[in-house]
Amino acid sequence: MIDLTVNGATARVDVDPATPLLYVLRDDLRLHAAKFGCGLGQCGACTVLVDDRPVFACLLPVGAVGTRTVTTVEGLGTAAAPGDVQRAFLHEQAAQCGYCIPGMIARAEGLLRKTVTPTETELRSAMAPSLCRCGTHMRILRAVRRAAVMRGGGVVEPAEPVT
Amino acid sequence: MSRPGIRRILVIAVVLLGLCGIAFAAIAYRPAIARVTRPDPRQFDPALVARGGNLARLGNCVSCHQAAGGRPYAGGYPIKTPFGTIYGSNITPDAATGIGSWSPAAFRRAMREGVGRDGSHLYPAFPYTHYAGVADGDVDALYAFLMTRPALRAVPPANRMIPPLGFRPLLAGWKLLFFHPQPVVADPRQSAAWNRGRYIGETLAHCTACHSPRGLLQQEKRGDQAYDGGWSGGWYAPPINAHSPAVRAWTVERLDAYFRTGLSTAHAAAAGPMGPVTYNLARAAPADVRALATYYAWQMRAAPAARAEPRLPDRRALASQRHPEGARLYAGACAVCHEPGAAMMVAGRPALPLGTPLHEANPRDTIQVILKGLKPPVAPRGPYMPAFADALDDRQVAEVVAYLQARHGTGPAWPDLEKDVAAARKEGE
Repeated sequence: MIDLTVNGATARVDVDPATPLLYVLRDDLRLHAAKFGCGLGQCGACTVLVDDRPVFACLLPVGAVGTRTVTTVEGLGTAAAPGDVQRAFLHEQAAQCGYCIPGMIARAEGLLRKTVTPTETELRSAMAPSLCRCGTHMRILRAVRRAAVMRGGGVVEPAEPVT
Repeated sequence: MSRPGIRRILVIAVVLLGLCGIAFAAIAYRPAIARVTRPDPRQFDPALVARGGNLARLGNCVSCHQAAGGRPYAGGYPIKTPFGTIYGSNITPDAATGIGSWSPAAFRRAMREGVGRDGSHLYPAFPYTHYAGVADGDVDALYAFLMTRPALRAVPPANRMIPPLGFRPLLAGWKLLFFHPQPVVADPRQSAAWNRGRYIGETLAHCTACHSPRGLLQQEKRGDQAYDGGWSGGWYAPPINAHSPAVRAWTVERLDAYFRTGLSTAHAAAAGPMGPVTYNLARAAPADVRALATYYAWQMRAAPAARAEPRLPDRRALASQRHPEGARLYAGACAVCHEPGAAMMVAGRPALPLGTPLHEANPRDTIQVILKGLKPPVAPRGPYMPAFADALDDRQVAEVVAYLQARHGTGPAWPDLEKDVAAARKEGE
């Protein structure tokens, strides 16, 4: 038996500790926001927050979570009352097919929990591990910039060179 | 003792101290070289600029002269030493904050003697100990290349040195002890490629700066200890001489491919600070890269794998028995890419047991690859591994490393793994 804290609630699951956290979230806890993309830690569709840090749930054995808290997009808001990052993604219409978006939102949430005033470089390197095959990156980046402002911060633009 | 006697001793002591001070000042003093107007970029011969660009890539200048996310040659990369942090300077031709007001003579003196335009001694983190051997024409080509880059106004953060090491004249003492440049003289018994490789490797490419151990005052150890393994940015740069821990021979072909692509199918991908080195080598003249491969394959000609490539162990059952938690973590986090037959074993990716880090004298590189992952070193398409720093804690990483070494390692077991994971976490990118 493995005890987990997911989105503020505790859960007990009977699985092999080597099972990826993603499978437990989707199959045992019926939390379907995080997606199975590649299963290799290459695409980021499975990204969730573990103690406020974005991690690939497909490569995290559930036995390794321990007492750390897990947050999925379900923990950030509901369809009726979306959270601020979700509202920012809606406002910028950042989703096309939408498959990558839960991972993108988890990643954005992780960045903004660390700082609400990231630089553009920090923003881009924080989002880089998640891929979007539809090509809505510009909208996704705009959504994260908007969410940073909604949290009382904002993304700092890099200084331009002279000459 | 009588009063006049004490006074006499005091006077002599003061005079001696004063003389020492004057002698030291005379040794340490270097005049400033007058500022010049920034040379017109159009005055430089494009062929000379191109030659300088190749040399700058072979020399990996941007690794220290570009901050993470910063502009090339604008400086700001932190070089951490036991004596403090030194930031790479702005070497773009901006007159106020870069080297735009440096004459060719001032640039040559900095490269050859480690003295800035204003006469101050430069920290040997700038490897003038190697650049002293760069040929005149090559120094001029580098000058032409740098002076034709975009001038960027950028002031790197101030160095943070342990007192009194912020006092630069002290570096004259370091130079007296450790800076004795020897010209790289061609060896007629060796091929032209070997000699070219040695010239580039020992001077501009300054390979020993990372791959040789250093002494108490950070001087590189030479002679038998050259290329015997060193430290760089929180990673271990393994020996690249007869002590190379690689389990497959580093032939000229394999080294050449590794330098140009950041991946050796018989060894591993370029990781840590070696990633940017291969990024730049991939963009340098192929003949020069081949020459480097020729010289360094020769450096490793007496390594164990060069004599006979060993059979690689796979002690799977034993490793699982000794490190059951490591085995479980490996099964859930690593196996999907690294087990024989896994999807990621295509496209010439080397099998895990081939990875040089598992066979090194210390666990640092294995730990860093797990914590920081691999970024495609040379092009967007290339070897990649996700970072596990946020997924696994120190004890869990230590368990995985212990399991991996028990299963595939060829050296003695690494002690104190958890402690080294904690240390590695704080260092390197």
